Amino acid sequence: MIKRIYQVYIGVMLLFLYAPIMVMMALSFNESPSRSYWGGFSLRWYRGLFADPHIAQALTNTLTIALLSALIATVIGTIAAVGINQLGRRTKSIVIGITNLPVFNPEIVTGVSLMLLFMFAIRVAGMGRLGYTTLLLAHISFNVPYVILSVMPRLRGLDGNLFEAAMDLGATPMQALAKVILPQIRPGIITGALLAFTLSVDDFIVSFFTTGVGVSNLSILIFSMARRGVNPRINALSTLIFLTVMVLLYLISRRDTRKERSMYDEEN
Amino acid sequence: MLKRIFVYPYILWMFLFIAAPLLIVLWFAITDTGADGQTVFTFYHVARFFRPAFAGEPFFQRLYIVVLTRSIWIAVLTTMVCFVLGYPLAYALAKFFGHRSILLFLFLVPLWMNFLLRTYAWMTILEQNGVLNALLSLVGLPTIDILFTDTAVVLGMVYNFLPFMVFPIYSVLKDMDNSVIEAAQDLGANRVQVFFRVVLPMSVPGIISGLTMVFMPSVTSFIIPNLLGGGQFILVGNLIEQQFMRVGDWHFGSAMSAILIALILLMMGFIKLIDRQPRNKDGPAEGVLY
Repeated sequence: MIKRIYQVYIGVMLLFLYAPIMVMMALSFNESPSRSYWGGFSLRWYRGLFADPHIAQALTNTLTIALLSALIATVIGTIAAVGINQLGRRTKSIVIGITNLPVFNPEIVTGVSLMLLFMFAIRVAGMGRLGYTTLLLAHISFNVPYVILSVMPRLRGLDGNLFEAAMDLGATPMQALAKVILPQIRPGIITGALLAFTLSVDDFIVSFFTTGVGVSNLSILIFSMARRGVNPRINALSTLIFLTVMVLLYLISRRDTRKERSMYDEEN
Repeated sequence: MLKRIFVYPYILWMFLFIAAPLLIVLWFAITDTGADGQTVFTFYHVARFFRPAFAGEPFFQRLYIVVLTRSIWIAVLTTMVCFVLGYPLAYALAKFFGHRSILLFLFLVPLWMNFLLRTYAWMTILEQNGVLNALLSLVGLPTIDILFTDTAVVLGMVYNFLPFMVFPIYSVLKDMDNSVIEAAQDLGANRVQVFFRVVLPMSVPGIISGLTMVFMPSVTSFIIPNLLGGGQFILVGNLIEQQFMRVGDWHFGSAMSAILIALILLMMGFIKLIDRQPRNKDGPAEGVLY
């Protein structure tokens, strides 16, 4: 009986979560731009979407910035985590404390503070302006702490003498890092990189403050479109994004279960 | 010494991209640019946030204080609704459906959608000629006009932040030792007693991180009020955005950011204080059992 009530409750909550998404999907195929009237099935909003050069440009920006920032932040964050791990307790806690600041800080403060930094640098240098480069730098800088946070727990489980042992055996610091430490912390690095990519794709607030005229990512474009009122092309765009995410998540989860299953087979 | 080589570049990076930006905000907050372009130290902009519009104006009626208390109120409301909706959900997922990962998966998927799109979806539903009103008039009910109101803002925030409440509580409940519950039942506790005296106290760590993870983004959010609350609905986040992007008063904008940081730090300190108390006494498990 109680189980039944909980089942109904879960169903209602799923409805609450998915209703808006379903509505958008349905409306993306509505011939009429109205939200309360069904004008028949049509792909006109999708055609409009693909014909729109702004949307294509924003998509390119979003993806290149997400890839580049995740890649660079992963390199910086991993090396930093290895370095931090070697510090004495006192210094370590200070460095970790400062690293954690952006995680706890309101995003809007991170956004305006980076904007002020870039404006200051531009004024000092006497050249450049807010745009793609500042956007990329901002994304790298908010991603680095998350990579460090993902890698640190893995390092803590390692023997502290591993690095020195490698160097005693004649490895350079770089070799010790690449051949001894990295293979052991790989899962943490992958988690960090995925997290960084996701955060970058989803970010709006920091991007909003650190980009300049004419450079938008998808979030900024959606925001400016939504501010001008409801636009059916956004429905088409969200439907495509939602389906992409669904397929990606499905593939990832299928890969994971297959891995688990093969591990199970090996054990038996 | 050689092994430290990896940390130095990062310390430089950390100073440049984490410490320096915050210091610049602080710098702008406590300075002003004079008429002759000189920078002078002043607390004018910080004080401006608290200053009365006319002599003797009651504290809580001052413009920016009203905005601040409204932001906190909306965030408290959002957090409460998320808790009331989220706890039973986490409980149901952990207790009855934990083995079915497909359900968890379904609750996670919307999180992967851009959150602007999720908020935008509600605009489509709530607006005057929107889906909700179309449905209402279809069944002969009067239409409602809730887009651009408090209700819409809270709804949008609950929709976006609910998973942040559900997942920490879920993970605590899922790992809960079932034998503790059985022990309570063996000792004669009924269902209600087991819940309120065993399950609920043991899920406190999850509840606290859930409350924090919902409250923090709610109090500083500016996009949800911007889209669902319309122009006239202003929270602290909107004020800061206005100062930087439209008014161009960096000093006042920075002063407000500094006040917001102080507020967040205060709340985190407060949460730490409550969080620590029960565990300092006698540890969670014993505290519940005796």
